[in-house]
Amino acid sequence: MSFSITEPSPRQKWIAGTLVIAYALLTLIPLLWIIATGFKTPSDAIAYPPKVIFSPSLEGYVNLFTSRSRVTPEDLAALGPPTTWYDAIVRQYDMVITGPSRYGERFLNSVIIGFGSTFLSVFLGTIAAYAFSRFKVPLKDDLLFFILSTRMMPPIAVAIPIFLMYRQLGLSDTHLGMIFLYTAVNLSLSVWLLKGFIDEIPIEYEEAALIDGYTRFQAFYKIVLPQAATGIASTAIFCLIFAWNEYAFAALLTSGTAQTAPPFIPTIIGTGGKDWPAVAAGATLFLVPIMVFTILLRKHLLRGITFGAVRK
Amino acid sequence: MAQIVIKNIRKEFGAFTAVQSSSFTIEDGEFFMLLGPSGCGKTTTLRMIAGLELPTSGEIYINGEEVSQKPASQRDIAFVFQMFALYPHMNVRKNISYPLISQGMPKAQVKAKVEEVAAILGIQTLLDRPVGGLSGGDRQRVALGRAIVRNPACFLMDEPLGALDAEFREHMAEELRALHDRMHATTVYVTHDQLEAMQMGDKIVVMNHGVVEQFGKPQDIYDWPATTFVANFIGSPPMNFLRFEGMVGHGATHADLSGQRIGIPEMLDGASGALILGVRPENVHLEDAAPTKGRILAAEYLGTTQIVTIDTAHGQVKARIGSETPVRIGDQTGLRFDPRSITIFNPEGRALKSVANQRVLSHG
Repeated sequence: MSFSITEPSPRQKWIAGTLVIAYALLTLIPLLWIIATGFKTPSDAIAYPPKVIFSPSLEGYVNLFTSRSRVTPEDLAALGPPTTWYDAIVRQYDMVITGPSRYGERFLNSVIIGFGSTFLSVFLGTIAAYAFSRFKVPLKDDLLFFILSTRMMPPIAVAIPIFLMYRQLGLSDTHLGMIFLYTAVNLSLSVWLLKGFIDEIPIEYEEAALIDGYTRFQAFYKIVLPQAATGIASTAIFCLIFAWNEYAFAALLTSGTAQTAPPFIPTIIGTGGKDWPAVAAGATLFLVPIMVFTILLRKHLLRGITFGAVRK
Repeated sequence: MAQIVIKNIRKEFGAFTAVQSSSFTIEDGEFFMLLGPSGCGKTTTLRMIAGLELPTSGEIYINGEEVSQKPASQRDIAFVFQMFALYPHMNVRKNISYPLISQGMPKAQVKAKVEEVAAILGIQTLLDRPVGGLSGGDRQRVALGRAIVRNPACFLMDEPLGALDAEFREHMAEELRALHDRMHATTVYVTHDQLEAMQMGDKIVVMNHGVVEQFGKPQDIYDWPATTFVANFIGSPPMNFLRFEGMVGHGATHADLSGQRIGIPEMLDGASGALILGVRPENVHLEDAAPTKGRILAAEYLGTTQIVTIDTAHGQVKARIGSETPVRIGDQTGLRFDPRSITIFNPEGRALKSVANQRVLSHG
């Protein structure tokens, strides 16, 4: 039988496939659990032994998006029959909907701050990386090391100075403040990652464009940027994941206007009974944008993570 | 079409001087070779002509206009890179049309122009292909297409055949030369391959350590090298050097190599000390009666000729002789040097002027 050194045998492929599937299932279980919990009733959610098969309910989602208050059975009866399906769900518990919850706002805050800081990190990172890659910058190595050094301690170590500074500057609980903060934290990663990508783009492409009659900026814009798309996409994903999931600073620096979803979601639990389905629903919806973003850019991401490993 | 004049051009990178005060003139329509070993400053010189590097000092004139501090985009030149530098995210057609788009040429005209160029290069069928899948030769043609499409004043080429495999190089070299003969555009071509330079060039500049050693027609440079570097760099095997202590005076017709009188062209210069007598291998003849004696060390068979290595009192000498002449390793033989072809170098390695080489050296 002929065999090849580079091509795995059917048995090896089978083993590898099994391992990959097993690992995927293992990592997916918590995710599936969260999604399932979002569709359970509160009593199903805390049932022991846990219920794998259950009748789905939208209670969690209704509770997530609404504020409710308890009313007496007489008042409830006086209100007449529920007009909507979500009213009906709420009234089973002698409650009425008093308005929308704050989840929508918090979610929007997350979107603004997450994507805003990602855009800013990648934008600044790209031009800084281009400069470091192409120009003679005095003390280049020291500057790059300095940029990297901001990454050498956990950002939360400077939480107190930042808290005081933000209070002085009036940046506490503002969108701009959070965008700046996440940009500052992500910038070192973005400069370093993107410098690696831009270093790999031969300078001849730009020189060819210069000779073809384009300005330096046009060459950057029309030649370097499309070439760096992979790097920019994967850097953007890394930046977004950090900004999207960040909890500690968000909990510390935001409380109202600019509060993001991560510190908000746990607060859902506090109002009357442990409302796990609502928490799970909040977490599930919170996963959606980043999943969509990652799936949209996955081709780039895969090439991006292995960058440098394969030339050309 | 253009004449390019380089005057006292100099380029420093920090403490390192890449090009030292070089001057030469490239006439309109010439195929001009910048030749030298790697690190000799030939590519830097080319990049300065292109505007990709700005000279530290000196002037560059393209058609009489001083351009040394102008950006590349304003010089009306085209550049062919060693690695082709085709824009990877564009197809062949877009690559070739890119210089025209920057000039704001109307679309229909761009299309016509691109088709015309593609026809010249024989790449019409490739126009809508991505550049990624092309063979080396086709990439080279696309790179040439991008260069010729806008009729620049001159073409600058940085080892354009360097990335091709040997077999294909020969073919592309012919194609390039044919293209040049057809377009008569001034072309400056950088190479480290002396054969390529001699085969294609109308004129050659030989550079070493950032200094122009010699410039002129290929045959003049081959026959009458101005320095020992040129003599050694050009020709394969290179010129033989017979080192001797002594002197040659103005008007001398013989050199005295420890008692042996060797006929040389009548000297117009004199020097003394550690001199070198240079003679090309094809001008060394094996004749038993000749006064210079040596022992045959090796013979390399090359088809019609053979290279015979002979050990003499003045160092090893290689002779290129017909392969029908029988040689036996270990035999004693006499060597006769063709007196008309000999160059004497002074202790600094510069050729002394003689009746034979004065025409070549006086303009170098």
